[in-house]
Amino acid sequence: MTSFYGFEPASRLFLGTSQYPSPKVLEDAVRAAGVDVVTVSLRREGADGAGQAFFDLIKALDVRVLPNTAGCHGVKEAVTTAHMAREVFGTPWIKLEVIGENDTLCPDVIALVEAARILSEDGFEVFPYCTEDLVIADKLLAAGCEVLMPWGAPIGTARGLNNEYGLRSLRGHFPDVPLVVDAGIGLPSHAARAMELGYDAVLLNSAVAGAGDPVGMAKAMALAVEAGALGRQADPLDPRDMAVPSTPVFGKAML
Amino acid sequence: MKLIVNGQAREAQASDLAALLAEMDYADRLVATALNGEFVPKDERKSAALADGDRIEILAPMKGG
Repeated sequence: MTSFYGFEPASRLFLGTSQYPSPKVLEDAVRAAGVDVVTVSLRREGADGAGQAFFDLIKALDVRVLPNTAGCHGVKEAVTTAHMAREVFGTPWIKLEVIGENDTLCPDVIALVEAARILSEDGFEVFPYCTEDLVIADKLLAAGCEVLMPWGAPIGTARGLNNEYGLRSLRGHFPDVPLVVDAGIGLPSHAARAMELGYDAVLLNSAVAGAGDPVGMAKAMALAVEAGALGRQADPLDPRDMAVPSTPVFGKAML
Repeated sequence: MKLIVNGQAREAQASDLAALLAEMDYADRLVATALNGEFVPKDERKSAALADGDRIEILAPMKGG
């Protein structure tokens, strides 16, 4: 099993905790999928103390939390948010998001590398939300990242793997780095495909939370990720252009 | 003194960040704080003096993707 900064999750599906119809549905989805890692965030505390109730729910799930810096647009904002998350959640893990463009939520990969360097030097274990760019991937690793999380497609679009060649290329260039497809997944087949490409895990949120039956979709995603991983390990047949009969030709009756 | 707390104007008596949290009944809550854009760790809140016009962020766990 792949290790993410020394942690070996039993499930290769990481699940976001946002946009569920209710806290109960979130809880049921996490349990149905059997995930070990969920993403969380920090937002302004209100008089109602909603944040405290949410964290009580997460703690009861007995999972590792991966706090994010969602919505941050610059190095300083992301680094400050990471420090605040480390204190609140008590973990060095940080899903580092530095957004560069609002329509696609495309990462600002230049700022991402700088923020990753600052945080890694400060003892954080950084999970950078990046693109499939090989050069940026190399720089993130040099900055101290031991995991990479390229997007499948823009966050929340459910488009699947927009650049399968790029993702395959990333896997090929960094065979020993834990790689997670993060964002853009819509269907179980998208998640399975990421695993067939040799990815170590899939992180998704909207595909489950926004489904008509989030708990059913959570289960489907967990099975898809497992199926894709098993298929990859089983060394699949290469595609070919010409038909090859599977039933023996020898011994066929002449009628 | 006039402060901006989580984006809202607020009149406060507190002279430091720890006292402000107590004044808001947030003292026992799991929150992280920032003063004028700089992270202030929990054990430094008492020594974080507040001045008129300061911007304070008080953040709590929230759902996220």
